[in-house]
Amino acid sequence: MRAIAEGLFTQDVPPRLIGGRNRHTGRIVFPCPDSEDFEPHPLSREGSLWSYTIQRFRPKSPPYEGPENFSPWALGYVALPGETMVEARLVNVAFDDLAIGMPMRFTLAVLDDQADDPRAIPAFEPAEIAA
Amino acid sequence: MSDVCIIGVGIHPFGRTDGVEGIDQGVFAVREALKDAGIEWPDIQFAYGSSDAAGNPDTMVERLGLTGVQFINVRNGCAAGGSALFSAQMAIKSGDFDLGIAVGFDKHPRGAFDAKPAEYGLPDWYGEAGYMVTTQFFAMKIMRYMELHGISRDSLGRVAEKAFRNGAHAPHAWRREPIDLETILQAPMISDPYSKYMFCSPAEGGVALILASERKARELGCKPIRLKAATMRTRPPGSFEVFAPSVDIERGGTATALASAAAFEAAGIGPDEIDIAQLQDTEAGAEIMHMAENGFCADGDQEAWLAEGATAIGGRLPVNTDGGCIACGEPIGASGLRQVYENVIQLRGDAGARQVPGDPKTAYSHVYGAPGVSAVTILER
Repeated sequence: MRAIAEGLFTQDVPPRLIGGRNRHTGRIVFPCPDSEDFEPHPLSREGSLWSYTIQRFRPKSPPYEGPENFSPWALGYVALPGETMVEARLVNVAFDDLAIGMPMRFTLAVLDDQADDPRAIPAFEPAEIAA
Repeated sequence: MSDVCIIGVGIHPFGRTDGVEGIDQGVFAVREALKDAGIEWPDIQFAYGSSDAAGNPDTMVERLGLTGVQFINVRNGCAAGGSALFSAQMAIKSGDFDLGIAVGFDKHPRGAFDAKPAEYGLPDWYGEAGYMVTTQFFAMKIMRYMELHGISRDSLGRVAEKAFRNGAHAPHAWRREPIDLETILQAPMISDPYSKYMFCSPAEGGVALILASERKARELGCKPIRLKAATMRTRPPGSFEVFAPSVDIERGGTATALASAAAFEAAGIGPDEIDIAQLQDTEAGAEIMHMAENGFCADGDQEAWLAEGATAIGGRLPVNTDGGCIACGEPIGASGLRQVYENVIQLRGDAGARQVPGDPKTAYSHVYGAPGVSAVTILER
């Protein structure tokens, strides 16, 4: 499965997100900006849930390219200690079990599994789930 | 220095007015304001106009009269109206002018605001994955705030309930039917914890305010409302804003806190001396967070305030007395000026069934929007 965009994930198994580290200030952001000031910086795979919500309606297309047949999905910000907080899909967890502060681990999710050429998007899942 | 005074106000009702262009709603508001002040369009020496999506405000001279008046357009996101008012105030403070107008209007398509990743410097994949949705940001912001400060979902419902109750008594409001707390809480969820009644919608409307120097106001025999402060600020480092693929772990201040502190300093009074407040409430939680960000209470106090009705019309600090954005909708260019309009009506004692009792003397207004802009005003009678 190909990534939704170039330069988001490392080639590691399992992959990591590629952030950007500011060469002058050390500030880490995601994704890595296309700028001389930033160098790619693989992000930690482990973090904790900072906040979350459930997307209950299908976002407008364009730009959304998820399945036509919409079912709600969870998203949130995951704090990666010493790095940054990343916005991503939250998967392999019941909506009711989501809680601020819960340990999360990076994974990939499929944007549209009905697509001819499905694409991977960044996601996190509860760290307790066996890898 | 002498005060800048508001001597006339006019509004075109908010909501949906099919068949009336945004700019014509602005022109309607200007004519109402001129009538209110007892002056004519040729008396106006300068104008600042704000509109986000309904065309260039200065073109309204064609409808109002080609007097050659200086007319400057302001586009500043959700702070557009506040920025127009700030600029109008400065024009009078400069001493070069003593009678002018700040006007704002807008007309947005139905449904959520349409945002494209490239306009925000974001990669296309961010939109393809489903994140160009402002409601997600608002929901995650309040979810975190509720957890940190012990705010319940019932409190979100109480804010919306109050908005519809107040809006029912405001002739310029869009939503004019009260909705009970249970219905609000049980309504379909848009983005947890917010149900559909807890968000405002893009809308239409127009507002005009006529400003004069103190000397001019006296000359015209008006009973002025004094504009003690009008401030606008952008975000400091570490603020949490809409459409952010990542945010810094170290949290910082907000544009609102900066604009608020500057306004209180300019007015020479503190939050406990404010009698009425209109606070940006694009969603129910925004009003709650903005109560604290503007200095009216500590984080977490809102839970008790709302349970006691402290922000209701008869409460300690009535908030969003015309139902705010939740009941009026949000025409971006006019929204901040609507708050000031409502404050003027309240300070004059002309607010009818929604009139704040106790002869209020001071009133506060606050807008906030993407990407971290805020504008505040303080009025005094």
